[in-house]
Amino acid sequence: MSVLVFAEAPQGQFKKAAFEAVTYGRKTADLLGTECHALVLGEAENPAQLGTWGAHKVWHATHDNLNTFDSRSWAAAIAQAAEKTGATVVVMSHTSTGKSVEGRVAIRLGAGSVSGVSRLPTIDGGQFHVVKPVFSGKAYATFEIKTEKKVLSVMGNAVRPETLGSEAPVEALSLDVPAPAVEVVEVKRVEGRVPLPEAEIVVSGGRGLKGPENWGMIEELAEVLGAATACSRPVADMGWRPHHEHVGQTGLAIRPNLYIAIGISGAIQHLAGVNNSKVIVVINKDPEAPFFKAADYGVVGDAFEVVPRLIEAIKRFKAQQN
Amino acid sequence: MKLLVCISKTPDTEAKIQLAADGKSLDTSGMKYIMNPYDEWYALVRALELVEANGGTVTVVNVGPADNDQIIRKALAIGANDAVRINAEPTSAWFVAHQIAAFAKNEGYDIIFCGKETIDYNGSEVPAMLAELLDLPFVSWASKLDMEGDTATIQRDIEGGVEIVKVKTPFVVSAAKGMAEQRIPNMRGIMMAKRKPLKVVEPVPAEDPVAIVQYAMPPAKKGVKLVDPENMDELVRLLHEEAKVI
Ligand SMILES: Cc1cc2nc3c(=O)[nH]c(=O)nc-3n(C[C@H](O)[C@H](O)[C@H](O)COP(=O)(O)OP(=O)(O)OC[C@H]3O[C@@H](n4cnc5c(N)ncnc54)[C@H](O)[C@@H]3O)c2cc1C
Repeated sequence: MSVLVFAEAPQGQFKKAAFEAVTYGRKTADLLGTECHALVLGEAENPAQLGTWGAHKVWHATHDNLNTFDSRSWAAAIAQAAEKTGATVVVMSHTSTGKSVEGRVAIRLGAGSVSGVSRLPTIDGGQFHVVKPVFSGKAYATFEIKTEKKVLSVMGNAVRPETLGSEAPVEALSLDVPAPAVEVVEVKRVEGRVPLPEAEIVVSGGRGLKGPENWGMIEELAEVLGAATACSRPVADMGWRPHHEHVGQTGLAIRPNLYIAIGISGAIQHLAGVNNSKVIVVINKDPEAPFFKAADYGVVGDAFEVVPRLIEAIKRFKAQQN
Repeated sequence: MKLLVCISKTPDTEAKIQLAADGKSLDTSGMKYIMNPYDEWYALVRALELVEANGGTVTVVNVGPADNDQIIRKALAIGANDAVRINAEPTSAWFVAHQIAAFAKNEGYDIIFCGKETIDYNGSEVPAMLAELLDLPFVSWASKLDMEGDTATIQRDIEGGVEIVKVKTPFVVSAAKGMAEQRIPNMRGIMMAKRKPLKVVEPVPAEDPVAIVQYAMPPAKKGVKLVDPENMDELVRLLHEEAKVI
């Protein structure tokens, strides 16, 4: 009755999302008094490292049909691995891959599933409980999973990867994988930037910035902080910024450690996607802007004066740190 | 082309979420509802565009009680040909997927469209479950979809970029921003919608494997600390020493 963590390795490299899922899986296994096993599908660099984040053991399956991503092939592989290794709980990351396979794995295993969980499970009165944000973060809900088998996907930044062990033994697992029906033609990634869902710091701009030509200082602030950039919906709708930067109820819901909102009024639909950020800084020239009510730190001032000053202050701070 | 669009009903994006006194359910008094934006703005509109270009029909399906006819009529007003409502409370993704699968199984749809997630429970699970129950290929979070014969070229959002994939019909796809532009129903559409067929079917048995036992509001903020706009060194100090986030 182990916990099996599907640890994804996009382009063969494990990322933070995988480490978070493994730590989450290990703590779930500890709660249930069982072992945490990681599952690696396809070629990946050094699967043994997953032991560091809490896996007692790593199962590694390679197969021609796992060389590119297809939700049916991958879900079949994950469900089969769970059955073969006797896992009752399957944990994965709530990423584009996780979202494509979680529901399929749940159906295959006859398991109750909850996607995008934000806290470790608990056992309350014999029931298995998990918590996730609902209404894009306007509230939280506790779900009971009633079935013996369970599938969970873990929201980015919900748990911190922790060093809970050292290298884990890796064992090959042979699986029967159906041929992919979806052909991957091309993968295009923006190089050199932290993807928004994984980012620990996010710098976000709104209509108050007046036009796309003024994003230079937003980019620079993100650069000095090692942050990702985001924007409000009208900014994406007007084509000032790409759609994938749109956060809020009808965009991405994120929960970074630090969210810096610049020239954003703080409409309810915007707050929904960002109010679970640990710390929120709002820079807005209107002291009445609703965003200040949801902020930890506020600066009432003109972004075109405040942001360059903030960039300089951070540079000074970074210089001192070194 | 025979297309199916799965639509769901969600609280309006303006809605403030309030809990019943014991936190075990939502206080829905005065709550306004809308069609889930991803279903309406992107999935439905792209399906209509494909049929306008290639011929065929667009059916919408919803799992819900009779109150939901309002959003179903809106989908018909925007342009869907007909609608099916499966008469049951949508109690979990598992339940909903089983209902839609039971209905769609023998209908021979070329493409089944869903939204990338609903804005209430943000699960992203129904489309994948539906695909599995029908043993169909599935592409999630599609921000572009073009058809050539029976092959779709789809752009799918992934972390920090996009993936371009090809897949043959039949398949399930979940729609994200970028796939189409929202359409506002016009008067003629609204009038025609009243006469379009809306079939009500009874649910198949499916037991919920999960249940919500408690709701909670996010922890309240302590109140904003204002920092002098002239003194950004102070903001940096607070973020480092007090908040410990940089
Ligand atoms: C169905 C629906 C779904 C929606 N979903 C989303 C969503 O997912 N995400 C989202 O963001 N929005 C969403 N919205 C839109 C939302 O209601 C707001 O309209 C939007 O968030 C406002 O964007 P903004 O704050 O950038 O612009 P505005 O509301 O125009 O605010 C601009 C702010 O900039 C400030 N400002 C102006 N100049 C300066 C300056 N020089 N320096 C500093 N501050 C300045 C102003 O004081 C103002 O507060 C949705 C709306 C609907 C109806």
